[in-house]
Amino acid sequence: MADSETNTASGDDAPKRPEPSGNVDPASMTQISAKETLDVRSAKKTSIPEGLWLRCPGCDKMLFRKAMEANLHVCPECGHHFRISATERIRQLCDVKSFEPRRWKLEGADPLNFIDLKPYPDRLAKEQEKTGQPEAIQAGRAFIKGRPVALCCLDLTFMMGSMGSVVGEAITRSIEFATDRELPLIIVSCSGGARMQEGALSLMQMAKTSAALARFDDAGGLFISLLTDPTTGGVTASFAMLGDVILAEPGALIGFAGPRVIKQTIRQDLPEGFQRAEQLLDVGMVDRVVPRSELRNEIARIIDYAGK
Amino acid sequence: MSRAATNYELAFEKPLAELDRSIRDLEAAVLPETDSDQAQELARLRAEREDRLREIYENLEPWETVRIARHPLRPQTRDYVRLMFKDFCELHGDRRFGDDPAIVTGFARVGSIKCLVVGHQKGKDTAEKVACHFGCAHPEGYRKALAKMKLAEKFGLPIVTLVDTPGAFPGIGAEQRGQAEAIAVCMKEMSRLQTPIVSVVIGEGGSGGALAIAVADRVGMLEHAWYSVISPEGCAAILWKEANEKTNREAARALKLTARDNLALGIVDDVVPEPVGGAHRDPESAAENLQHWLTERLRELKRFKPANLPARRRLRFRKLGVTDGGASLVSLEGDE
Repeated sequence: MADSETNTASGDDAPKRPEPSGNVDPASMTQISAKETLDVRSAKKTSIPEGLWLRCPGCDKMLFRKAMEANLHVCPECGHHFRISATERIRQLCDVKSFEPRRWKLEGADPLNFIDLKPYPDRLAKEQEKTGQPEAIQAGRAFIKGRPVALCCLDLTFMMGSMGSVVGEAITRSIEFATDRELPLIIVSCSGGARMQEGALSLMQMAKTSAALARFDDAGGLFISLLTDPTTGGVTASFAMLGDVILAEPGALIGFAGPRVIKQTIRQDLPEGFQRAEQLLDVGMVDRVVPRSELRNEIARIIDYAGK
Repeated sequence: MSRAATNYELAFEKPLAELDRSIRDLEAAVLPETDSDQAQELARLRAEREDRLREIYENLEPWETVRIARHPLRPQTRDYVRLMFKDFCELHGDRRFGDDPAIVTGFARVGSIKCLVVGHQKGKDTAEKVACHFGCAHPEGYRKALAKMKLAEKFGLPIVTLVDTPGAFPGIGAEQRGQAEAIAVCMKEMSRLQTPIVSVVIGEGGSGGALAIAVADRVGMLEHAWYSVISPEGCAAILWKEANEKTNREAARALKLTARDNLALGIVDDVVPEPVGGAHRDPESAAENLQHWLTERLRELKRFKPANLPARRRLRFRKLGVTDGGASLVSLEGDE
């Protein structure tokens, strides 16, 4: 893979550190939504409590927020990987300025007229306002250490990264895009599973994405699936577990059923480390557990071995 | 008769119990082919029963449909195998870990058509239910299903799958042996099998555990089956914060999980009618209807070259969630 293919500063082998949002070069924001800053702020709101300091759930130490954020949202003390938004993920994973979002106008709809405690369209509107994103996914083309890739990042900050028709469609189109352009496909998963508010249509996205991956597979494409905390339900049971190579971030919860459901069903305590990335490695379900700081290197290396 | 007793265990069927008792009493008293007042009364009662039954079953709420789909007397895969198929040759085991009784596989004939049958089995008596984990399959079940389906492809046999599961089993062993992977691989591989696949939801179509064996060219649903992304109880527990009779009812309504709803959404291609009062009142007629539908669909699919089926099948699922024009779920403008 020629480094000249990149349009970015890919000579830098170290993963790019996220810059404090106030200092981001405005030019680098043009490809991403202008609402990105809003998205990042709200991402912090949902995944990390506000404040200058925060307590690490991994080691219980008080951390200086800026130091944690500058460390790829990883605890400098114990290595606990904090959850991050799709926007932050893209910033960490891709070469600077290289992410070009695919410009589909996929708008969520409410095919079931679904109402639980509040109507589904109201929930969607509230999530859109909160995150500044139209849906629980960002997809596009990017460069990782100079290698061109088709990239999808699920967004945990939007309805728990759940997969409805729009997410399923965006994943499928990204797979088709990767097939047509002969690009390696990277999907970063973090999701509560299929979205209940679209009923069986959400369920069908599992078959749709899996079938698209079968065709990508037939075409000889390379699919690297990155599982992050948490990846559960219908997302795990479709594209997320279908990677040619499956990577997982340390400590990530990965499973089909959620721990609570399993506990209720079998009425016994779950073993230590159950459904965590390290245990999935032990039982042979993932290829590698990769710390966030190593992801760019690892992905580039696998592309060099297996990509076209 | 235990059978008569359990036919009234659903609240909305209770009114029928008394009618049926009167009919049975009269049947015992009246000699066949007599034309007494009693015989006329019997005929009247039978007609009334038929009307009541039809009325009840035409006005079921979605939650009641779920209850019927789970009726203990409702025919299951092994019942349909007995009633519809000839010369069933069961095949066991996934060649990896074990033989999951929650998924039944084997060669069989429907009419003159040779095929492979794959179906969830929930179990009828307590021992079978426990062995089958109430129809919740483990990874080895899905791997067995896929292994046998690949055999069918190899030998040019069409595949018939009967879906009837509350969902894939949520347990420690299931997770550690790759429940998610087993389901995902089953769907992916089914999508590219070069042989006709016909699936029908005969009872419960619970989430990924159901879809795992339903990536088919034609998908049908029995009239009183349900099919959705989650059970009403699961949905109620999460979105209503508590699963009880009231929230289950609301969740069942919200999920649009009935056969008619799924037909309208394009998730299934056909609704297969059940006898009045549900398949559990007359399994033979239910099997007859189902066999008729299956045979028709298999004949229809025979027209296609097996090599062309995967692309069509993929397109069938590709379209779900996105439609063009008027009532589109997502708009397609602006694709580059």
